[in-house]
Amino acid sequence: MEIYLKDITNIGDYLSLNVSKIKKDFPILKRKINGNKFIYLDSASTSQKPIQVINSIKNFYEKNNSNVHRSIYKTSEESTKMFELTRFKIKKFLDAEDYEIIFTKNCTEAINLVVNGWVKKNIPKGKILSSVMEHHSNIVPWFSLKNPIKFLDVNNYGELNFNIDNNIKMVSLTHVSNVLGTINNVKEISEKCYENGSYFMLDGAQSTPHMKISLKKINCDFFTFSGHKMLSPTGVGVLAVKKELTEKMNPILFGSDMIKEVNLENFTVADSPYKFEAGTPNIESVIGLSSAIDYLEKIGMRNIEKHTKKITKYAFEQLQKIKNIKIYGPKKRIGLISFNLKNIHSHDVASIINEYGIAIRSGHHCAQPLMKRFNVSSMSRASFYLYNDEYDVDSLINSLNKVYGVFKL
Amino acid sequence: MSLDMYAEEILDHYRNPKNFGEMKNPDYEYEELNPICGDKYKFQIKVENNIIKSVKFNGDGCAISMASCSILSEFIKEMELSKIKKIQIDELLKLLKINVSLARMKCVTLSLNIIKKLNINNDL
Ligand SMILES: Cc1ncc(COP(=O)(O)O)c(C=O)c1O
Repeated sequence: MEIYLKDITNIGDYLSLNVSKIKKDFPILKRKINGNKFIYLDSASTSQKPIQVINSIKNFYEKNNSNVHRSIYKTSEESTKMFELTRFKIKKFLDAEDYEIIFTKNCTEAINLVVNGWVKKNIPKGKILSSVMEHHSNIVPWFSLKNPIKFLDVNNYGELNFNIDNNIKMVSLTHVSNVLGTINNVKEISEKCYENGSYFMLDGAQSTPHMKISLKKINCDFFTFSGHKMLSPTGVGVLAVKKELTEKMNPILFGSDMIKEVNLENFTVADSPYKFEAGTPNIESVIGLSSAIDYLEKIGMRNIEKHTKKITKYAFEQLQKIKNIKIYGPKKRIGLISFNLKNIHSHDVASIINEYGIAIRSGHHCAQPLMKRFNVSSMSRASFYLYNDEYDVDSLINSLNKVYGVFKL
Repeated sequence: MSLDMYAEEILDHYRNPKNFGEMKNPDYEYEELNPICGDKYKFQIKVENNIIKSVKFNGDGCAISMASCSILSEFIKEMELSKIKKIQIDELLKLLKINVSLARMKCVTLSLNIIKKLNINNDL
């Protein structure tokens, strides 16, 4: 463990990360891009994977590979055990004793399961409350229902002023904004939902990679995230749902593994969580997610949270020094910073700094309503994770300063 | 090196695009969004005897897509309406005089996609 934490630099109540050691675990970061060191600042889109996670998949295929829940021979028993232990691990990781852990292919599918499996059945006409800072994946699924929906605005700093009225039956919000980095006050929101008798779904896609999540404390009804943003392979996401709600949630996928008995007229469904997981699951990704959680927990989620906040704050301070830059979102944030350089489109910014080996995201970030709210068509976004340090931020700043030169501004 | 994409001429078109604006009573118009990046442009044309007599476009996007729209708007003036469909991407790339990386090719093709849809079902 010591190797990932600088044991001497005990800053306050956390240990600072040994980023140069951590970087070595991520083979892709050794790459050169256009002759430059590869600086990856797009983890909010998807994170890079450490060698431990990559090896866990390789080992699985070399030693244990078999389908899960189907056969009685040795390797099948092993793969089933590894698969189910991951479910258990996630429960602990999220401090979610009273929740069911359901595997999906990503956060988007998890949200769709709640919308089309639970909301449609249980509150078919109930009014939904969401916000303008949501990712498309927490906006579009709602349009597949007939429920009325209201979107809360944010202030000019990108902060949500949460208020709820009596006729709201369900609230669906993001924990951390993937554009603004805003951390919503979910404890307070959850209490207000509870008082109001509204169900609460929390999109944890951008918070789970960086923060110690306790569903016991947050007390939302549904919580979703994607493994690939937190060191795991793509192809696995999670819905954590309060156990008592699974009885009344319908599956949205049908077929093998979600049944008890089938005849040529009808079928009966399996118990939760299996009734929501039709077909062969993405076993290798679940194994990878298990290894990713081990990696994160070895370093400690609280240490990672402090680290990401520290790097984000440093980047915020440095970016502010760039001429004619507009930064979106509040000062108190985590993980990412979106910005625009005056008179230069975000694609050109990203394209030019790519020449210096720096990867940032540009475009609408799957949040077109939020782009409209801030009167822009696109933004550039730099996002940070446990393998990023001040050097990466400085490289970003240096390259951004060159962008004006290319545009002769 | 893809910084070469930002040639003087491209930047000129980006800063001062030709035929930029909105026309009243166009004969045909079409607007399209690139859903991946959010770039969005509208082309409008007036046609006399099947010849494109005037062109306007407006919208918002990166230097490459803007320059591509600007150059294409010049190129199609005085062109026969039916010829639009036959314009090849290679022709446009030649007019742009730059090497476009694969990731940015969609910035170039957006303008072409729009004008090819001009006279389909948007008969005003
Ligand atoms: C806040 C938020 N919600 C949902 C998603 C969707 O995640 P996925 O594409 O993995 O389903 C993302 C991904 O960018 C996100 O940032």
